[in-house]
Amino acid sequence: MNEISVKLRVWRQASADAEGKLQDYKVENVVPDMSFLEMLDVLNEGLARRGEDVIAFDSDCREGICGCCSLTINGVPHGRGTGKTTCQLYMRDFADGETITVEPFRAKAFPVVKDLVVDRSAFDGIMAAGGYVSVNTGAAPDGNQIAIGKDIADKAFDAAACIGCGACVAACKNAAAFLFVGAKVTQLALLPQGHPERERRVIRMVDTMEEAGFGNCTNEAECEAVCPKEISTAHITKLNREYARALLKLS
Amino acid sequence: MILDGKVPSGPIDSRWDRHKRDMLLVNPANRRKFNVIVVGTGLAGASAAASLGEMGYNVKAFTILDSPRRSHSIAAQGGINAAKNYKNDGDSVYRLFYDTVKGGDYRARESNVHRLAEVSVDIIDQCVAQGVPFAREYGGMLDNRSFGGAQVSRTFYARGQTGQQLLLGAYSALMRQVDAGTVKIFARREMLDLVVANGKARGIVCRNLVNGKMERYVADAVLLCTGGYGNAYYLSTNAGNSNVTAAWRCARRGAYFANPCFVQIHPTCIPVSGSHQSKLTLMSESLRNDGRVWVPKNADDKRPANEIPEEDRDYYLERRYPAFGNLVPRDVASRNAKVVCDEGRGVGATGRAVYLDFTDAIERLGEDAIRDRYGNLFAMYEHIADEDPYKAPMRIYPAVHYTMGGLWVDYHLMSNIPGLFVLGEANFSDHGANRLGASALMQGLADGYFVIPYTLANYLGGAKLDALSTDHDSFAEAQNSVSERINKLLAVNGARTVTEFHRELGQILWDKVGMSRKQDTLHEALDEVRKLRDEYAQNVKVVGRSDDLNRQMEVALRVDDYMEFAEMLVSDALDRDESCGCHFREEHQTDDGECMRNDERYSYVAAWEFKGRNAKPELHKEQLEFKFAEVKQRSYK
Repeated sequence: MNEISVKLRVWRQASADAEGKLQDYKVENVVPDMSFLEMLDVLNEGLARRGEDVIAFDSDCREGICGCCSLTINGVPHGRGTGKTTCQLYMRDFADGETITVEPFRAKAFPVVKDLVVDRSAFDGIMAAGGYVSVNTGAAPDGNQIAIGKDIADKAFDAAACIGCGACVAACKNAAAFLFVGAKVTQLALLPQGHPERERRVIRMVDTMEEAGFGNCTNEAECEAVCPKEISTAHITKLNREYARALLKLS
Repeated sequence: MILDGKVPSGPIDSRWDRHKRDMLLVNPANRRKFNVIVVGTGLAGASAAASLGEMGYNVKAFTILDSPRRSHSIAAQGGINAAKNYKNDGDSVYRLFYDTVKGGDYRARESNVHRLAEVSVDIIDQCVAQGVPFAREYGGMLDNRSFGGAQVSRTFYARGQTGQQLLLGAYSALMRQVDAGTVKIFARREMLDLVVANGKARGIVCRNLVNGKMERYVADAVLLCTGGYGNAYYLSTNAGNSNVTAAWRCARRGAYFANPCFVQIHPTCIPVSGSHQSKLTLMSESLRNDGRVWVPKNADDKRPANEIPEEDRDYYLERRYPAFGNLVPRDVASRNAKVVCDEGRGVGATGRAVYLDFTDAIERLGEDAIRDRYGNLFAMYEHIADEDPYKAPMRIYPAVHYTMGGLWVDYHLMSNIPGLFVLGEANFSDHGANRLGASALMQGLADGYFVIPYTLANYLGGAKLDALSTDHDSFAEAQNSVSERINKLLAVNGARTVTEFHRELGQILWDKVGMSRKQDTLHEALDEVRKLRDEYAQNVKVVGRSDDLNRQMEVALRVDDYMEFAEMLVSDALDRDESCGCHFREEHQTDDGECMRNDERYSYVAAWEFKGRNAKPELHKEQLEFKFAEVKQRSYK
């Protein structure tokens, strides 16, 4: 395959308080089989060789499961294509000479740390507010004691597949976290193990989400379009139902 | 020195139960007075931190990443073993124990493995109770599948994302304790030194990766749960941040490093495509349940896979190992892939690949059934290889995946430094010279949920610990030594980047300490590693500042540690003049190319003591005894 070259416009921001701006770079000799992040590695390698500060970005597993990637590429979180994280993008999907704008995931609740690195600890805060079943180690009955039908188990898995990357938030004009919260609430509302805390969980998680500065859902489904695990907005509907149900039950 | 694993006596199947009765306890009201540091928040770390928090200890959990949920356990695909015998196919605790000891080619500690098999059943129960959505049958019962090295179905799974679901379960339990106030998370922190005061592990020095500040934390015990060192090889299936530094820093403080040459090279990974490659991607071993491995019979057969008729294909695993077929253990599968590629029969552009073919399974079960089982893996393959594996066979090749070696620990998971416990992949104890599939998740969670809560109490209940603050000289000394290292690296300002050095180190290790090893090339590797290490100190270029988020510098410190560690790894491979499991010394093989162990001379754990940068490490041996698993030539034929 022929090598290509691309022009990059990359968000550079020295620290959380500093002003940021887009900076232009050219990357030559890009092999189409390179992943997008490997292309950034090559750029960084060149910067390091010249003694310049490299572009900071989060990345770890590079196989689409850890949720570290947080790049908005040409305005789309994780770039174009469905069901992919940034690390699963390949340069074969870009044209020779193309200009590519690379920015961090943007949301009020995800402040920039440096360059393309953002702080998503607000998600951990939401999880601490109820994204669990309160069962201590050692207190569990036999795994087969409660039968769970395959259809329920599969649906719970679909919800549990969320990798917590925050693309849903970055894609939403309101920076809402409904898909993230909805996925966890749905998983635990479907499974019998989650039922004892069902109401308390959804109220606390939603309240914490609002306090963290995430916005409201206005049903435009940008979140679903960019979700690398293709989690459906049906989980948002379920979240709203669970929330209303909990309010009624607790009132 | 002969090491004592402090294994309790008596019949193996009641050893752990009896020992639990004998161990000391810490009263619930006293637990909050003890501070525990947990470094790493993968399966071992998160499960330990959550469980200890639930018990009432004061826990500080550290992760190099921005959230505990991203730790690399998340990437484990295939499953987790447990001796539930839900399939009524003859499984038992003893059989899981035996398979694991045999799978590890008789180089694991028998008692630890038996305990692992015992608690495996509790792990599944715990995870189900947390809401982990394991695969279920239509009747609502938990489903199982088979994995390599076993003739029973004992692997529980959640599609191809079992590690993710188990980690999210442990992470959820952890966040519950954060909410309860028993655990505090320190994210984006890298442990750069262990603090040993009056002979006991009492704290750590970390670098805050956001602002570069050095931070000191004091505790009554330190739990190291920082995973393996596969990234010493540069290319591996490990995540970019997985590294040896935390473990190596403990080794430099006196902790023994055991069996470092036991490195698992996983047979089914997507082959290397070019020099730009930053990591390799695993295709789960579970695929070998339905995929058949083959290469053309003739080296000059360059037809596309689909045009090669049955009679011109060599299903070499099925041919050589009729009893286990495509489900032979990983070390055997990897070595055989290397052999057929060395014979010139490899496929793909580079000739370093074999086929993993699903045609028969798709014909037998239908494409939908295969999609249901492996959908995400097939999609992942297609993303990377740009080829549809439903239509053409996958091309796969072995890659560095897991490290059985790790810090030496006794039966209590405590290293030779009192107060330093090592859990999960970071220790050496359970997998011997080869780990079976679906056993890493089992071990991480066994250590964290069901072993450390008992053994840590036993230590804290009996240890006489002085009051200590972070003002103590031992903290100042540790912090100064870290700062000095950082300043020294930044000052070199040489001509070659950190990555160039890392890549070169990885190439040496892969070529000479990879799937096949021999004495003369191991000696060459040792010389080359030393030379490279010296050049690194003179000629590396690290840009940026120390008081800033600086990835170059983070990696530079890790590569510096890999260089030192690699010398110990090669020394271990040289010392072990036998073949066992993953450690294939060409000098020691049977007529048909299988491993030839030397139990008389090498039935020991090699625990190495670091003696200084230019000194030879000192070998300490722990003799292995097999009283309950019959030792024999390992055969899967």
